[in-house]
Amino acid sequence: MSNTSENYLVGIFDDEDVLLHGVEGIREKGVKIHEVYSPFPVHGLDEVLGYRRTRLPIAAFLFGMTGTSLALVMQIWMLGFDWPMIIGGKNYVSLPPFIPVTFELTVLLSALGMVATFFIVSDMKPYKKPRSYDLRSTDDKHVMAINLAANKISKDDISRILKDNGASEVNEKNF
Amino acid sequence: MQATSTLRESLITGGKTVRDVSEDISRQVEAKPTRLWWTVFGISLVVFMFGFYCLTTLLWEGIGMWGLNKTVGWAWDITNFVWWVGIGHAGTLISAILLLFRQKWRMSINRAAEAMTIFAVICAATFPLAHMGRLWLGFYWALPLPNTWGSLWVNFNSPLLWDVFAISTYFTVSLVFWYIGLIPDFAVIRDRAVRTGHKTRAAIYNALSFGWDGAAKTWMRYESVALILAGLSTPLVLSVHTIVSFDFATSVVPGWHTTIFPPYFVAGAIFSGFAMVLTLLIVTRKVFKLEDYITIYHIELMNIVIIITGSIVGIAYITEFFVAWYGQVPAEFYAFYNRAFGPYWWAYASMMTCNVISPQLFWFKKLRTNIVATFVLSIIVNIGMWFERFVIIVTSVHRDYLPSSWSMFYPTLYDVGEYLFTFGLFFTAFFLFAKFFPVINMAEVKSIIKSSSERRH
Repeated sequence: MSNTSENYLVGIFDDEDVLLHGVEGIREKGVKIHEVYSPFPVHGLDEVLGYRRTRLPIAAFLFGMTGTSLALVMQIWMLGFDWPMIIGGKNYVSLPPFIPVTFELTVLLSALGMVATFFIVSDMKPYKKPRSYDLRSTDDKHVMAINLAANKISKDDISRILKDNGASEVNEKNF
Repeated sequence: MQATSTLRESLITGGKTVRDVSEDISRQVEAKPTRLWWTVFGISLVVFMFGFYCLTTLLWEGIGMWGLNKTVGWAWDITNFVWWVGIGHAGTLISAILLLFRQKWRMSINRAAEAMTIFAVICAATFPLAHMGRLWLGFYWALPLPNTWGSLWVNFNSPLLWDVFAISTYFTVSLVFWYIGLIPDFAVIRDRAVRTGHKTRAAIYNALSFGWDGAAKTWMRYESVALILAGLSTPLVLSVHTIVSFDFATSVVPGWHTTIFPPYFVAGAIFSGFAMVLTLLIVTRKVFKLEDYITIYHIELMNIVIIITGSIVGIAYITEFFVAWYGQVPAEFYAFYNRAFGPYWWAYASMMTCNVISPQLFWFKKLRTNIVATFVLSIIVNIGMWFERFVIIVTSVHRDYLPSSWSMFYPTLYDVGEYLFTFGLFFTAFFLFAKFFPVINMAEVKSIIKSSSERRH
């Protein structure tokens, strides 16, 4: 194995059910899977791959709370303290008319903040050149990448394990 | 194993495979535009240019160019604004609320419906912006920005300001939701371009796809983001037309000052939004040959939504009338009497016929599964919904408490021109979208193709 390149074994799966069972079987054999690339979300794949649940909902909640506080502080400060004005004989600060703007800013900040977090944690940006293990992974195939350097099992054995667990093709890919 | 109900029809017909989905949907992005596309795009562009001329004249000369007068200060502009915002409700409703209810039939139609939402909201926004007169000062009037009056802030007690926040938040969140859905599909087109050696196209669609790779970890986060966006958009979509209705309901004008407005406006918005989705999709499925993806079953389900919301709107009209009589406030009762029997009776009659009677035809299965009937009725519904807003806005203000100031509203070329401007803008944008973006959410459709193929195993 050369030091300059990374060598991957790429297993191609045609069907998501075969893939789900395949991932379980392959992991049982002690093979470390680098990642699986799919054309559409496969339910349960994150579980069989042993991924932790995403914490993006927490980010969404925190951004939402930021929006709520920002909106309330802004409205109360502007109309209650910075330039108080009598409008229709109402109190300077009365909460019911502040609800719509508070709600909208909560939703706005929550959505934008969560999506920005998603882009950052997934390292997605317009000028990113993704690594493609097999171009069919956005079309109709599920593509499993196995980093040979991260595994102690020999290439031929991994290849056999992949085939036994439902891979329709096994290819090599070097970067 | 998943059980399959025999009562439900298959969502995608023609025995499509996952491969076929990429092929069928990407083809229209990759192929050269057809003559039909150039024709419809050209017509839209001409309408847009004419409207643009009217709009610039209006901005240059001032809104005196409109047919407004001292009594009728709100007419076509606000009618068109509310009409477009209403149309803009279907997209996010389909993608958010139907996602939460796990209605899989949304998957073939949500992309186009969301695009429609975004363009409709842009069209809607042009009216209040133009109505400001001096558009370039609008930022100071509409947003809480420090200004030369020693920071005299905007009035947060005003429903007009709530509208600014509601519409802009709705637009932004809908845009983000739509774009998030587009990302995996841009990657499909990118990879196909890499395979066929189209370097420029590959680079453009890679940038658009934010370097999407479809990793299991990214999909997991992606699904979580989509679900939360749906959860956030659901109250949002209901809040937008509620707040639009506050523009009227919080006033003291007879005919506007009613508590029924928020739910009734929301139902009306969904009603007109679905009608516009049907109008556009019936054309789109024909032009891009998507009959296997947008089936008669999809059209039937949308028609059922139209019956339900149309009936809610019908009940709301009758309730308003009943309450006006039962409340025994003379001014309020006169406002409603004048609507139905005054000089604008024809607008009221059009509204009742188009919105209350015509959707009831969809109780017949033959009609709601007939494409021509659906297409005609979807346009009739939107004509009716335009008249509804016209009736609510103009008939309530044209005769107020003081008979000496009673007046009529007559539109000028610039009222019509700005309406045409938004039509041009809407269709130009929609045809550009339909040509350069995948009109059907490939990733989602692929996931339902798989589960339907399970029956074969």
